[in-house]
Amino acid sequence: MKLKGLFSAVIAIATGLIVLVGYFVEIPILVNLRITILNWVIILAAVALFVGLFNLLAVHADKFRNKEKGGIYSLILIFSLLTTLILGLWLRPDHALMALIFTAIQLPVETSLMAMLVVTLTYASIRLLRPAQYAGLRRRNNLISIIFLVTALLILLGTAPVPFIGSVPILGDLIRPFIVQVLAAAGARGILIGVALGSLTTGLRVLFGADRPYGSDPSRGGK
Amino acid sequence: MNWIGLAGFGLVIFSAILMAGLAFLRRKSTPAFREIPAFARLRKAIGLAVEEGSRLHISLGRGGLTTPQSAAELAGLEMLRRIAELTSASDRPPVATSGDGAVTILSQDALLASERVTLSTGYDATAARLTGLTPFSYAVGALPVMQDENVSANVLMGNFGVEVALLTDTAERENTSTLAGSDNLSAQAILYASAQDPLIGEELYAAGAYIKARPFHTASLTTQDILRWLIVIGILVGALLKLAGVL
Repeated sequence: MKLKGLFSAVIAIATGLIVLVGYFVEIPILVNLRITILNWVIILAAVALFVGLFNLLAVHADKFRNKEKGGIYSLILIFSLLTTLILGLWLRPDHALMALIFTAIQLPVETSLMAMLVVTLTYASIRLLRPAQYAGLRRRNNLISIIFLVTALLILLGTAPVPFIGSVPILGDLIRPFIVQVLAAAGARGILIGVALGSLTTGLRVLFGADRPYGSDPSRGGK
Repeated sequence: MNWIGLAGFGLVIFSAILMAGLAFLRRKSTPAFREIPAFARLRKAIGLAVEEGSRLHISLGRGGLTTPQSAAELAGLEMLRRIAELTSASDRPPVATSGDGAVTILSQDALLASERVTLSTGYDATAARLTGLTPFSYAVGALPVMQDENVSANVLMGNFGVEVALLTDTAERENTSTLAGSDNLSAQAILYASAQDPLIGEELYAAGAYIKARPFHTASLTTQDILRWLIVIGILVGALLKLAGVL
């Protein structure tokens, strides 16, 4: 098992290094290798998608078979999945019926869920104002929470036209652009720089073999 | 190679050397981190789940490994592996949900690997699940896991968008604790308002080190800090040069 883990780590690190160096250094053989590896990745990702679908089917089939709570929804999911899959394979994805399934079922359902978010987020905003012992949240009622809410309110008022008044003067012309283009942009860039540095070091940990999201990790022992 | 590519490559090489050097130097020292309360509470939640016989739900988001968001998924997978090892004494293994086929396979692999490490038996292939392939179908598919599977705490780590509000709202209704981090700015804003323990910015990538630190994790955090200070100095110098009319 240890040898197997070492072997998979060597392959993963080697391919990672080839793709990384091939991205920056334009040596023809490296670039060709990088493109070949990325093409393999696309094929493997498509196969993984099918494996994932079988996983989805297995989980919901178990749920229906064991008569678990909501088992009937699992049956509907399996039926819908298989119907769409068969139709898609038979008619091809660009057929009018497939487009209809997407625009008449998938799109309205996802739009409804998006609309539900309005209620969910309004509720979350209200909870920010509630005393900590009732809100169930451990870090409320502090200055940052108040700033967060006031900023959200100012942006909302500065963006949406108010009935009979239209755009709120000063707020819409001066305060909102200042918050969005200066304060929020600076904060967002700061967070994004942190995310980029985190991504870089996470990638390097995988390349060094310190993090292994694949196979067993020989340094942690095991069978 | 243009100068931006050269600078990028230089940054990667510099970071790699720095991280390797720091990991070597600190291999025997005890790491000291600034306190992030969310991770302290997660450790308690893990202990509580083992005692109660309840489950932890690790949601890896809907990002894929072939997308630019793959680093968030890798951080989530590392967290899953560590949590699976720490809860191996529990009767109920953690349950992982994801929105990408490859991430689902890797999360199954992480759970299987933790079973091997802890020499426990009873690996359940359906403990790692694909719940949906679009952002909302993924979130809606993960909701029954949070509601019906005796989950005592949720760890949402990966690439999420605004749909994460559905997950945090359900966790709130189920009275379960939530530690959540995403690489997406909109999701981070939502998590700040709705999650019990939100992770902001790069805290998402530090999770592995806080749960079970090893030299490379400690070194990666120090490398991030050094790079951040270099960027701050670069921005300040750039601003001053611009002010002076040099740039």
